[in-house]
Amino acid sequence: MEPIYLDHAATTPVHPEVTKAMLPVLQEVFGNPSSVHHFGRKARQIIDEARRIIAGSIHANEKEIVFTSGGTEADNLAVVGTAMANRDRGMHVITTQIEHHATLHAAEYLEKQGFEITYLPVGSEGKVSVEELESALRDDTVLVSIMAVNNETGMVQPIKEMGKVLKGHPAYFHTDAVQAYGLMDINVDDWNVDLLTASSHKINGPKAGGFLYMREGVQVSALQYGGQQERKRRPGTENVSGIKGFQRAVELAVENRSERQQKYADFKQTFLQKLRQENVQFVVNGIETETVPAIVNISFPGTNVEALLTNFDLSGVAASSGSACTAGSIEPSHVLSAMFGKGDDRTINSIRFSFGLANTKDNVEEAAGRVASIVNRLAE
Amino acid sequence: MKDKKDTRVVVGMSGGVDSSVAALLLKEQGYDVVGIFMKNWDDTDENGVCTATEDFDDVVRVCNQLEIPYYAVNFEKQYWDKVFTYFLDEYKAGRTPNPDVMCNKEIKFKAFLDHALSLGADYLATGHYAQVREVDGEYQMLRGVDDNKDQTYFLNQLSQSVLSKVMFPLGHLPKKEVRRIAGEHDLATANKKDSTGICFIGERNFKEFLSEYLPAQPGKMKTLNGVEKGRHEGLMYYTIGQRQGLGIGGSGDPWFVVGKNLEENILYVEQGFHNHRLYSDGLIATDLNWINEEKLIEPMECTAKFRYRQQDSKVTVRPLGDDKVRVEFHDAQRAITPGQAVVFYDGDVCLGGGTIDEVLKDEKYLDYVG
Repeated sequence: MEPIYLDHAATTPVHPEVTKAMLPVLQEVFGNPSSVHHFGRKARQIIDEARRIIAGSIHANEKEIVFTSGGTEADNLAVVGTAMANRDRGMHVITTQIEHHATLHAAEYLEKQGFEITYLPVGSEGKVSVEELESALRDDTVLVSIMAVNNETGMVQPIKEMGKVLKGHPAYFHTDAVQAYGLMDINVDDWNVDLLTASSHKINGPKAGGFLYMREGVQVSALQYGGQQERKRRPGTENVSGIKGFQRAVELAVENRSERQQKYADFKQTFLQKLRQENVQFVVNGIETETVPAIVNISFPGTNVEALLTNFDLSGVAASSGSACTAGSIEPSHVLSAMFGKGDDRTINSIRFSFGLANTKDNVEEAAGRVASIVNRLAE
Repeated sequence: MKDKKDTRVVVGMSGGVDSSVAALLLKEQGYDVVGIFMKNWDDTDENGVCTATEDFDDVVRVCNQLEIPYYAVNFEKQYWDKVFTYFLDEYKAGRTPNPDVMCNKEIKFKAFLDHALSLGADYLATGHYAQVREVDGEYQMLRGVDDNKDQTYFLNQLSQSVLSKVMFPLGHLPKKEVRRIAGEHDLATANKKDSTGICFIGERNFKEFLSEYLPAQPGKMKTLNGVEKGRHEGLMYYTIGQRQGLGIGGSGDPWFVVGKNLEENILYVEQGFHNHRLYSDGLIATDLNWINEEKLIEPMECTAKFRYRQQDSKVTVRPLGDDKVRVEFHDAQRAITPGQAVVFYDGDVCLGGGTIDEVLKDEKYLDYVG
């Protein structure tokens, strides 16, 4: 059976244009961008150009982009680096219960360093409330870190409204925009964020690349030590070909944004429509109209995640569930637990389907048909 | 029968050499093989490390070598409810439980089998050393050919419907051959040490483990004639026939546990490996399972094992109704232990088994054994 990929929120296929842009760099440009000779300058040019284009994609200044090894490193640098650099001003950090583990575990590390962390709750719709943020803010709050789009449910968070609330407050505002970047039009000034995380492989770029946007003037301690690269904020010889690929992926995302949005929204409707047609019992988690078009999280009553995912895979459908797993077995999702309460059935019977470059309307419909017959069999 | 390539076999993979080779053999025979790791126990330590993670990692490596898909399934809750609760209850009752028998009955060949079937599997295979044979529509379970490895003792509770869906690809192989095959194919687990002991305790100290769940009540150690020989640390830490850890010095033969008095919290000890107090001539067994699913009506002559890896002994089994039998030993047996399984054989065919409930001598219930 033809395998169908519905897990683009986990990672995406590399766009052929991206590969095409990277190849000559891999083949010809091997210099170290820090070197003061011809070979080095060639590499440096590539990074400079990528930085300029990527900065433009979020309406930032190119000096404000720090390339990292990906989203996790950028989140760590934002959360730990900013809190540590500003601990004299206060030791309170606000984040949410539905963040990616890159943020949550970084926050737990800060707790061990003596910081106090407030984890904002969410209601059953999976949305962080602006009022909760307002009432959690304190004079000694130095950092607020809230994701732009939740990676499990696709729920868009009210970042712009939160940015307004934080306007008069000295706390820095970080957003993990890994699932938003590329699909949403992001303007860091409009959102009033000081730090923003993005990742290359989620938008059809190569893996092991990402960036942290740092507004000019934000104090951040580096988490690793070495050379002068990225103005010491992230030392280490740059991943030149990866950065080139990331740049190309960004260009494509910006060029095709509205077209992709339309297409993925269409895929989502096709998928849900087919499930309804096949009389599948299901509930969409979150508020469908407030999710990004590429992600849909569905609860199938009377089933469980392990049987679902294994059956899906054996029938060629690739999807996923809660991000955490130990020894290969799936733990109930912390995001759905925050939404519905620990132990709720939806935390163990929900699957995330995410659409992207590997999909066509036909293969989405075909996948939905396979999903429907499995769910109908298991829920009997 | 379906073509082998259309016959899906789910292999329960533990990350050990046996289940690795089981998967390999099935793959070589041309089946549609799927590897699944069962996580039954959370032993995550304070550093977030758990042995299950390493074991699953081995499953992943082997399955990738074999180019078969692999998954995991979590039965921690079922294991706790069905196996661990029973395990603790038996210790509380002063008995020595056999969690492996219960795990096979309730988890591996029930919850896990159901899971496998829900994945469209035609069969469930494991790395157990046992064999299944179909004779005129009836399924028989035979000992594994490796006498030293035969695991039918732990599988005595399986039913016809289970056996009709089970494969034991290693049943006809000696362990040495299994290791050799693993080595020949350079499987990631070829040189992995066999796991020992009860799965959820692993390499840890048994006493320490048990004390985390059950309060230990130290008490007196006495001979059956009432002579005090010292203190015990809690009855649950001792099993009938045990010599180690009594701490009774002095001259003469070593001392052995011969029984327990739960009400007065006394551990009975006697001297000498062959002390007559350790011997009995019969037992009452409950929770009977007959693999052919026929009720026992007439007394039956067969052989039996009272613990794993023991030589068979000749017995007569008499039905007592109510899912109970009396087992009479043709030769007196040493250290029969309530809570353990008694398993019956006719030659190489495993007939079924039950749980040892009472121990008998001269027609009388040996109350000191418990």
